[in-house]
Amino acid sequence: MDLTTEVILALTGVLLLLSVVKDRRKTAAALRVAYKGFLRLLPSILAIILVVGLIIGFVPPRWIARVIGQNSGALGVAIASLLGAVLFIPVIIAFPLARSMLDMGAGIMATAAFITTLTMVGFVFLPLEIKELGKRFAIARNALSFAAAIAIAVVIGVIIR
Amino acid sequence: MSGNGNAEADGNKRSLRKRMRWDYAALFLLAPVFVAVVIAFPDKGGQARHVAWEYFKEMAIILPAVFIIMGLVSVWVEREFIVRFLGEGSGVKGVILSFILGSIPMGPLYVAFPLAAVLLKKGAKVANIIIFLSAWACIKLPAELMEFQFLGWKFTLVRYLTTLVVVVALSEVIGRVFFKHGYEAPDEAIEAADG
Repeated sequence: MDLTTEVILALTGVLLLLSVVKDRRKTAAALRVAYKGFLRLLPSILAIILVVGLIIGFVPPRWIARVIGQNSGALGVAIASLLGAVLFIPVIIAFPLARSMLDMGAGIMATAAFITTLTMVGFVFLPLEIKELGKRFAIARNALSFAAAIAIAVVIGVIIR
Repeated sequence: MSGNGNAEADGNKRSLRKRMRWDYAALFLLAPVFVAVVIAFPDKGGQARHVAWEYFKEMAIILPAVFIIMGLVSVWVEREFIVRFLGEGSGVKGVILSFILGSIPMGPLYVAFPLAAVLLKKGAKVANIIIFLSAWACIKLPAELMEFQFLGWKFTLVRYLTTLVVVVALSEVIGRVFFKHGYEAPDEAIEAADG
């Protein structure tokens, strides 16, 4: 268990304890809401976990680095941002990967586009986001975040040379 | 009277089945595919299995906690409170607070969706929730440290500041263009939150 997990658990425990001390019935109501929400999302989350497992298992980081590294210019940026949007890669792998992209000749712009879409746009999570926040919200957020990621990449590319 | 109650229960059951269908379908389709692929390609499949298992363990611990926090927020936090600090009139304060809330490291983006849903339902402004989700997605202290280490301070700093500016602009655009007449939560999310 890492520090983040421990902090979350501790925080939840403290809040739950305070809630129980203050009002049992309200706490029970809160737990009912939590339970229902959890059950509602469980199948989607299990499906997402399987997809993420397949992506990380079958799309080798070296392949990504090569594809983005070899395509410079606008095409490189386009490929990088699309890959970043579709793939799901934890940051522990993503930043070393970005480093090796740069080493293989990728532009700063493409690298920035990759990192930014990777974090902000989640095609894998889209069904889940639609379920929780609605179609309009999810699609607007993902589409505009994609555009924003390209804008961010261009600014970074212009500033850093 | 009892007939009425039954009809209502039937209706609930039917709508429940209707909305459960496709995510279970996806899961039941994916699970055999996953197993077949893992068996067919033992090498890469082993990696896939390992990753899926690690995520499963992480989610089994974090997700219940996040949902308990969501439940507590939905019961304890007054609507007026959320409206005042994150609602339409919250201004720059709301923006800053959304950034801070989103920057608390609590796991991957999909963990944030239920929290975002409860905040929206309690009257938070759409733009602020976009900021909250964007900050959650790309501004995390542990991640920034890694970025700094692998890509250098210049890249990290420029990307951080650019993202900050672009995200605030983006949130205003989404809020004003797509939710001119306010936000309406999807039916099932409301139902669930109302318990």
